[in-house]
Amino acid sequence: MPPQSPIKAPPGVPPAQFADAIRQWQGVVGADWVFTSTGDLDAYRDSYSPLYGEATERTASAVVAPDSVEQVQGVMRIAHALKIPMYPISTGKNLTYGGSAPAYSGSVILDLKRMNRILEVSERNAFALVEPGVSYFDLYRYIREHKLKLWIDCPDPGWGSLVGNSLDHGAGYTNAPFRDHFESRCGMEVVLADGELLRTGMGALPKSETWQQFRYGMGPMVDGLFSQSNFGVVTKMGFWLMPEPECALVLTAEAQRHDDGPAFLDALAELTYADLISAQLHVESPVMGFPMGPELAKLRSDRSERRVPALDDYARRNGLPCWTAPFALYGHEDVVRAKLAHIRARIGQIPGAHVREVACLKFPLNDEQLAAAPEKSRLGIPNLSYFASRFAPGAPLFEGHIDFSPIVPLDGKTLREAQDLFDHVCQDHGIAPLGGRVLLYHLRAACLIYAIPVGRDATANARAREGFARLMDVAAERGWGEYRIHPAFMDRGMGYYNFNDHALLKFHERLKDAVDPHGILSAGRYGIWPRHLRGQSS
Amino acid sequence: MLAVTAALLGAGPSGLRAAEPEISWTWEPVPAGGDPGKVEFARACAVCHGEGPDRPGTTSLQIKYGGKLPALLEQRTDLKPDLIRVYVRNGFAMMPRFRKTELSDAQVDAIARYLSRAR
Repeated sequence: MPPQSPIKAPPGVPPAQFADAIRQWQGVVGADWVFTSTGDLDAYRDSYSPLYGEATERTASAVVAPDSVEQVQGVMRIAHALKIPMYPISTGKNLTYGGSAPAYSGSVILDLKRMNRILEVSERNAFALVEPGVSYFDLYRYIREHKLKLWIDCPDPGWGSLVGNSLDHGAGYTNAPFRDHFESRCGMEVVLADGELLRTGMGALPKSETWQQFRYGMGPMVDGLFSQSNFGVVTKMGFWLMPEPECALVLTAEAQRHDDGPAFLDALAELTYADLISAQLHVESPVMGFPMGPELAKLRSDRSERRVPALDDYARRNGLPCWTAPFALYGHEDVVRAKLAHIRARIGQIPGAHVREVACLKFPLNDEQLAAAPEKSRLGIPNLSYFASRFAPGAPLFEGHIDFSPIVPLDGKTLREAQDLFDHVCQDHGIAPLGGRVLLYHLRAACLIYAIPVGRDATANARAREGFARLMDVAAERGWGEYRIHPAFMDRGMGYYNFNDHALLKFHERLKDAVDPHGILSAGRYGIWPRHLRGQSS
Repeated sequence: MLAVTAALLGAGPSGLRAAEPEISWTWEPVPAGGDPGKVEFARACAVCHGEGPDRPGTTSLQIKYGGKLPALLEQRTDLKPDLIRVYVRNGFAMMPRFRKTELSDAQVDAIARYLSRAR
């Protein structure tokens, strides 16, 4: 065995008290599932941390990995009694938004990956009840193996947790409301900081058979308190699933000229509000996409009046539209083709714009059709191809990235202004971002996602952090705030949501003090600090 | 419609509660038996390092090596077990680190043996 490094206690916790906690946790989960060695803890570092290798990088002091809700309760009771800071993770794959590392350095990671049970899948009522360690791949494979006529909705990388992604307000590709992963939840089970167990909605009613069918139950609906927060450990969660459609039309709307952008976005917004397009769509251009060769990179950074004609010329020479919007329609083929006719008529009002049919797929797919299926995420097929889009010949080899993800009004002119504004900030800070696409992840608002490269170079990371902070500043000046953020920027991000002297954050803090009086759960998450750490720099 | 409700209290993703972590980061069928390392590679690695379009690991190594070495790890003959263990636990470039709750030491060892087997 390699030599064990000395155990480092969390800040403010006497070493003997921490050693006592470790011993007691070993009794609850077994010695094999409490990690304290440097090697084991290193595996919990955020591979995409913008603070990587610096003194301020957020790291863990230990890891406890329970296998059941009873073990979670046991672990939390010990942590509560001994006042040990804890940081639950589900599958630990929230890369770009913190990965498996804590928001408060020295916290003990409560790793829920071993809790990977798919507890119930109902085909008739189209729902699933899962534990936090269940990944999108897991649920997809279960449904396929059991030949159930259900779809999941997955985010870009499919190895994440349904529970974790939902709690961080993640999103996917298929129809509303399934693609908004917190909107599609129904029923939660939560362990509080002192180990008490509660269920929300109809789960509070013994013998209820509608826990995953009726979200409200009785009284205040508290589900939202457990998302982007630190008020409890979610140990079960229900999700509504989309019944398998007969057909999916995979489509791409295209507009030819760069100046068509605002009208194109407005048309797509109108079609979305009218529910003619129910699925996620994103609007991108060759210069807002993924890694670019030198010509495109130069075009993107050109601020002169030559830029627009040059972009139009580039598109013409390469046989590309200036704007593309991939999306899909799901349902009976006659119905979706009727919808497509309306969509084509509306898009066609923009000279030269049209909708191209990429594929018409009938379900279920056999293994060969599955392998060949285009745009798998749009078909509820989890994958990791998103990461492959980070590479291009001639572009620098990509390491990590953190995402700048502001919510911007769904208005074509405003969205184009936002893209230009953010591009200019990136240029001013020497950042070559990926993306800048307009995404309709959530319902009724647009999200622009700029992937800001980070890696192992501390100087480059410092520059990226400075640019990231400036992006947040200029967004907030326009009333645009991030929907989700890396822990290194949570205080700043929440700081912009400051109506009436931070009344919302103050309310969060009052709740925190009431439900977690020792302040042991996920200190600092989304700017919510326990009383004894409030006012300190994160 | 036929009501199919699968209540699997106590079961993992495959319906069985395994002593080892059960990672299946793939939409593809995985081998039911045979070399444990090959099985684990199919379950945990092939989604990035397998053959086919949009595999980030393979795409990255194609660019990195420019054809001087195979981009597919299963075609490499120069890999050593210790190096594979280091890459799994420490990550590299965009590849993140993998924890023991995802892949046990025994599973990583099996993958390392498979990729470094004599051929």
